[in-house]
Amino acid sequence: MDFELPAQFAQFGDARKNGFLRVKKIKENGGRVAGTFCTFTPQEILDAAGVSPVSLCGMSEETIPAAEAHLPKNMCPLIKSSYGFAVSDKCPYTYFSDIIVGETTCDGKKKMYELLGKMKDVYLLHLPQGDREHALEQWTGEVQRFREFLEQRFGEEISDEAIREAARLRNKERAARRRLMELQKAQPPMSSGYAIYKALEGAGFYFDVKEVCRELTRLADQLEADYAAGQRPVSEKAKRILITGCPIGGVLEKTVKAIEAAGGAVVCFENCSGIKATIDEVDADAPDIIAAVAEKYLKIGCAVMTPDIRRMDLLRRLVSEYRADGAVEIDLQACTTYSVESYTVRKLMEELGVPYMAIETDYSVSDSGQLATRLEAFLEML
Amino acid sequence: MRAIGIDIGSSCAKTAVTDGQGNVLWLDQMPTGWSSVEAAEEIRKRLAAAGFDPGHDPCVATGYGRVVVPFAQKAVTEISCHAKGAQKLFGLADLDIIDIGGQDTKVISVRGGSVRDFLMNDKCSAGTGRFLEVMANTLRTDSASLIAMAAEGSNTSISSMCTVFAESEVISLIGKGESRENIAFAVVTSIAKKIASQASRLCADGVQTVLTGGLCEADQLRKALSLELGRDIISCENARYAGAIGAALFAEKL
Ligand code: SF4
Ligand code: SF4
Repeated sequence: MDFELPAQFAQFGDARKNGFLRVKKIKENGGRVAGTFCTFTPQEILDAAGVSPVSLCGMSEETIPAAEAHLPKNMCPLIKSSYGFAVSDKCPYTYFSDIIVGETTCDGKKKMYELLGKMKDVYLLHLPQGDREHALEQWTGEVQRFREFLEQRFGEEISDEAIREAARLRNKERAARRRLMELQKAQPPMSSGYAIYKALEGAGFYFDVKEVCRELTRLADQLEADYAAGQRPVSEKAKRILITGCPIGGVLEKTVKAIEAAGGAVVCFENCSGIKATIDEVDADAPDIIAAVAEKYLKIGCAVMTPDIRRMDLLRRLVSEYRADGAVEIDLQACTTYSVESYTVRKLMEELGVPYMAIETDYSVSDSGQLATRLEAFLEML
Repeated sequence: MRAIGIDIGSSCAKTAVTDGQGNVLWLDQMPTGWSSVEAAEEIRKRLAAAGFDPGHDPCVATGYGRVVVPFAQKAVTEISCHAKGAQKLFGLADLDIIDIGGQDTKVISVRGGSVRDFLMNDKCSAGTGRFLEVMANTLRTDSASLIAMAAEGSNTSISSMCTVFAESEVISLIGKGESRENIAFAVVTSIAKKIASQASRLCADGVQTVLTGGLCEADQLRKALSLELGRDIISCENARYAGAIGAALFAEKL
């Protein structure tokens, strides 16, 4: 339904579709592509190796039956959909990926990577848990090992300088993404949250980081200028909603869109693709660049970490910075880590005095009506 | 001034008319049938026949068919409407509401006259009117009779909350020659357990819990629920109209 995006956003709506041609071109010109699944993937190392990262996160129900030939039914739809794309060869990005990079995050994904490894060249980074003193050291070792793997795999050395250069560029991209999201701090916000999300998501399929920075900045400039000229795409009265939880690319219509259709305004996405991936930067001039890259990624707050203090700290901050009237947690069915942690988030929101609702859903449309009612009732309650 | 509230649920459509001062003048219910669009048209006719003017009087629609009522000026969710209607019916500003609907069961906690929190089952019919209906069908009876029968039964249980599995458990109990009363008892206990586990997350001490929805007069269910939840639960004759009454009260403010 990308055609429903406001005019300023038009080019981002089709980015995922058009990205296919871009990837094809990269390959035809002898370039390399790495399929990724997670915000923890250290992109700078891939960039420095001349490998373009592309997200393979499945967002459609279509390939789930194919996945269920190997995977259990009661499993996270993101994992099933992603795996289904790989086994059914329906995803051009998976098809063009020279390698697939995974991390030891949740159990479902870990075991899925094992199966995927039988079909594709999968490299797994071992992500340490939580807050132990040696976690950074271990993760730095993993990032270095990944670098060595890429050097061997593609027969080219990866210089520190190349990683620093990549870090500078990715810092710029993160800043451009942040700037776009921060427009929503205005009251009323400068755009529908749905459109912002689509732009952030679409930007992941441009592959040229400089172009991403340029286009996101252009969009933010445009929105800001329109707002300054008096345009108000969102009503003053719309309740300001913060979104948290699992990756939501596959359920955007029946959650974010439903909230906005019912008169709410999504002002902040804490999730992957949203704020949590962009708040920290890599210190490109640090003496040990690998450690600096590792440190940035280890700071990501995610329910796969135990304890997951960073997510709670970030939520606390975002609720006040974005003046959220309510928080909606969107969890994918059978995602144990997030659904257990939702209790902690509920308690946090109670403490902050922010009304909170958690919904659990999958990639089917069968619960859209019911979800719409619950989201609408939540907004009426605020 | 008159105000009209229409609650189109998955199995039953309810209408309430108030006098504009919060007093209920007229209540009506009918099966929703297969199309909520047609149900809305039928309601319009019934309102007109009773001397009300749906084209003129303010009207609010709620329930899952709330968006298909062409003569309603506004749609409000059943959560807000039930909360409003139940406060009126029970004369309380603080209460916890359990509403057993055809397709979903809601728990709504109201404090100081506003909804403070609510729960609705995810996309599954366990713990809803639909669950009872399926079990009643298997026992060749209807939901109300099944609940009444449960009073005579004891000592039997079914373990699955899932409608599909529970149905096969019921079939195997029938096969074993278990009495219908005992099976009915097992079904009612099972649904009461399921709803109580949901409700216990919101129901608070010192606050009255009330039962609304189509099964509000099913005493045996209310008792089973009270027992499982460990709280006294009250209901009243018109509690099935809570949503429609709430909608009419919202219409008064239009
Ligand atoms: S939610 Fe956590 S595990 Fe999942 S993609 Fe995001 S960072 Fe990775
Ligand atoms: S949503 Fe949950 S279960 Fe699914 S991949 Fe992410 S952490 Fe794992």
